[in-house]
Amino acid sequence: MSAIHVTTTINDETTEFLCAPDETLLDVLRDRLGLTGSKEGCGSGDCGACSVMLDGRLVCSCLVLGAEAEGRTVATIEGMASGETLHPLQRKFLEHAALQCGICTPGFLVAAKALLERHPDPTEEEARYWLAGNLCRCTGYDKIIRAVLDAAAEMREAG
Amino acid sequence: MALDSKADTGKRHFKVVGTRPLRPDGVDKVTGRARFGADMSAPGMLVGLILRSPHPHARIRVIDTTRARALPGVHAVVTRADFATVDDAALADLLDNCMAGEKALYDGHAVAAVAAASGAVARQALDLIEVDYEPLPFVTDVDEAMKPDAPALHPGRANETVPPGLSANVMARHEFGHGDIEAGLAAADRVLERSYRTGATHQGYIEPHACLASVGPDGKADLWCCTQGHYMVRNTCAAILGMEQGSLRVTASEIGGGFGGKTTVFLEPVALMLSRKAGRPVKMVMSRSEVFRATGPTASTSIDVRIGMTKDGRITAGFAELRYQGGAYPGSPVDMGSMSAFAPYDLEHVKTIGWDVVTNRPKQAAYRAPGAPMAAFAVESAIDELARGFGLDPLEVRLKNAAREGTRASYGPTFPAIGLEATLRAAKDHPHWSAPLGPNQGRGVACGFWFNFGGDTCVSLNITPDGTVTLSEGNPDIGGSRASMSMMAAEELGIPYDKVRTIIADTGSLGQNDVTDGSRVTFAVGLATIEAARAAKREMCKRAAQVWGIEADAVIWENGAVRPAGPNAGKHPPMTLAEIAAIASNTGGPIAGHCEVNAEGAGVSFGTHIADIELDPETGTVRILRYTVFQDAGKAVHPDYVEGQFQGGAVQGIGWALNEEYIYGDDGRLQNAGFLDYRIPVASDLPMIDTVILEIPNPGHPYGVRGVGETPIVPPLAAVANAVSHAAGIRLTHLPISPPRLLAAIREK
Repeated sequence: MSAIHVTTTINDETTEFLCAPDETLLDVLRDRLGLTGSKEGCGSGDCGACSVMLDGRLVCSCLVLGAEAEGRTVATIEGMASGETLHPLQRKFLEHAALQCGICTPGFLVAAKALLERHPDPTEEEARYWLAGNLCRCTGYDKIIRAVLDAAAEMREAG
Repeated sequence: MALDSKADTGKRHFKVVGTRPLRPDGVDKVTGRARFGADMSAPGMLVGLILRSPHPHARIRVIDTTRARALPGVHAVVTRADFATVDDAALADLLDNCMAGEKALYDGHAVAAVAAASGAVARQALDLIEVDYEPLPFVTDVDEAMKPDAPALHPGRANETVPPGLSANVMARHEFGHGDIEAGLAAADRVLERSYRTGATHQGYIEPHACLASVGPDGKADLWCCTQGHYMVRNTCAAILGMEQGSLRVTASEIGGGFGGKTTVFLEPVALMLSRKAGRPVKMVMSRSEVFRATGPTASTSIDVRIGMTKDGRITAGFAELRYQGGAYPGSPVDMGSMSAFAPYDLEHVKTIGWDVVTNRPKQAAYRAPGAPMAAFAVESAIDELARGFGLDPLEVRLKNAAREGTRASYGPTFPAIGLEATLRAAKDHPHWSAPLGPNQGRGVACGFWFNFGGDTCVSLNITPDGTVTLSEGNPDIGGSRASMSMMAAEELGIPYDKVRTIIADTGSLGQNDVTDGSRVTFAVGLATIEAARAAKREMCKRAAQVWGIEADAVIWENGAVRPAGPNAGKHPPMTLAEIAAIASNTGGPIAGHCEVNAEGAGVSFGTHIADIELDPETGTVRILRYTVFQDAGKAVHPDYVEGQFQGGAVQGIGWALNEEYIYGDDGRLQNAGFLDYRIPVASDLPMIDTVILEIPNPGHPYGVRGVGETPIVPPLAAVANAVSHAAGIRLTHLPISPPRLLAAIREK
């Protein structure tokens, strides 16, 4: 199998890489580009730890081929803060102690950001269902949901 | 070793402890910067993969690795033949679990490993390894395994506690208790006899096991891995590989959950052996299916209980016989299940018998209060049934029988100050207990206990020249412990929290530190941190006294500065920590405090949970409506993370009660080795988990701290089952109460 040359945009930067035809986007991000913030918890789309945005759509990067990124736009956890300024969701996760071990946190943040972009004022139930594809084994979700709803409120106020 | 008297805890006013600062590793973990097990790489790194047995039980006749070794890109192939024989029985079992010897003992058991230039080549190489198996009869169920004619895994290995004539799979018998059970039962108005079963669950940490091993030609090695205890990894791997412990430096990565499942080794000795053979660094990362098939789930159990109660709710005697299968090797946590089963109660007559049983399943590992949740499920279910049968309030019955200070525990010791009664009273007074319920809804309550642990601990607290503080500890931060350590150091030194940076040191930098287990870290590492800070303060007092030309005992430490102690010491303005640090070089050199201790005095922990559920009689689905945790924390250092332990433990217990279980097919293979089919609770399954922190100081810790991490998983199994039983009008005795199981029970009614 010869490698495929891919040109794509990752976190607003034009990026080129070579990958095998059967290589997942997650493996490309982690092993070829050094973007290890996206995690592999299952490799089967069940845990959400590898969540990224692909052309504005929330996907499990373990279920996308690296070659599929050609000509498209990828956003990962590494692009979420602006320099030293954390995204309100990142800040609220810290303030609410919404992480214990932190392995699921990047996936939750990417998924929660996607939620708030579509639904700036979600109910608790909507947030719980939107995030049902992200597994967390440490927190019981309580503080995660509080952080997401609090971030939503702050972002609405900031307009 | 208690550093302080009990009196100190009562009057103390904390400035930092008890507040909720941001965790110091937080920014790294919300930006993707934190490096977990699989996030490390090295120049020249190879990919290591493991070949696993498809048979639940098979003799390994021959392993032919010729074709795999000949494949271009393959740098090493390892089988058991590469490892020397290990004498110690427990260590030999560990090695055998990491790489099968004469027999494969469960579906997923490692039989060979390869290191290759890429994952693709490594996968190809695994396909080229030829293993000649002789399949053997197998057994995966605990009660089946105890039958005298059951297929035997390790004939002749039973220890001396096992009476003759039993199945060869029974490895040990444990007995605890006091009094005369029959006499106690005779005094009861009703004796309830029930049998209970629980499925095997997995810790379900989201991060699969991963490591990066590099062995140099001089035999010196470095290992990076996600573990709950890198000193344990060092000691275990060194023994298995015949290395000196000093030659192997282990660095703990950030750890993506463990819950007990990362208190042993699986990949690490294999990665080191592959690296030694290949002469290159080797990285190994498990797939999720490997995590389920071949790491350490908990025991499945079968438990018989006999409890006698008077009609006014006094328990006259408690007896339980517990059978735990711990997978393919001895050492199920039935001993701790037997010790903890009746621990919440003050009983004159109590006895437990525990049977440790092996089956063709992966070797169990610790899972949060190992052994206790299943035992509590049985006992707390039976007490609930008796109380309701007499028309008594199940909370009142528990209060009437609760263990208190001075109670002789069912497992032997006499309790010092404990918090069970406080959690029960708080539960009784909480609005949750008296809130109305609707149709198909039920409420359950249950108590739980865990021993807690201290253990070997070594920390180093260094004062930098600019007056900031670095604290090195040797226990991976699994849920905010860096924050707690920084807080205790800041509290003791009288400096702001953000002036302390806590790091997790590698095994070359500190003395032995026991594994992050037994809810020990905030207690034991905290205790060592406080003592190290005190040692540094003593040194700083000495330095200031030296500058002032007075005796060291003529000064005191107060609010982060040294001051003269009384008018006789002369008039000197206070010297702050930063001022003393700045002149350290001229007053004798760097300033540091250390503590090396085998920490004793970890106070036992109790909790009470209330669960409200609603069941759907059409589908058998159970929904958690409301849930409240009451637990004694001794002293909550960082209340956010104490609440987080309560919430996370409760939800793991809810999963155990309702959904989670290892399902083996008739072929002896695990049927649900993935998160789709082994379903852990997700956000939409749950309500908020309310928490009430009680603080009954532990006399064994200078600030009164007790471990909090494990107890929260003990009550939920019974709390949920009692709630479902109440709503359904049937007693549910078999976990998980999955929809098909509940539906069948409702239809049988």
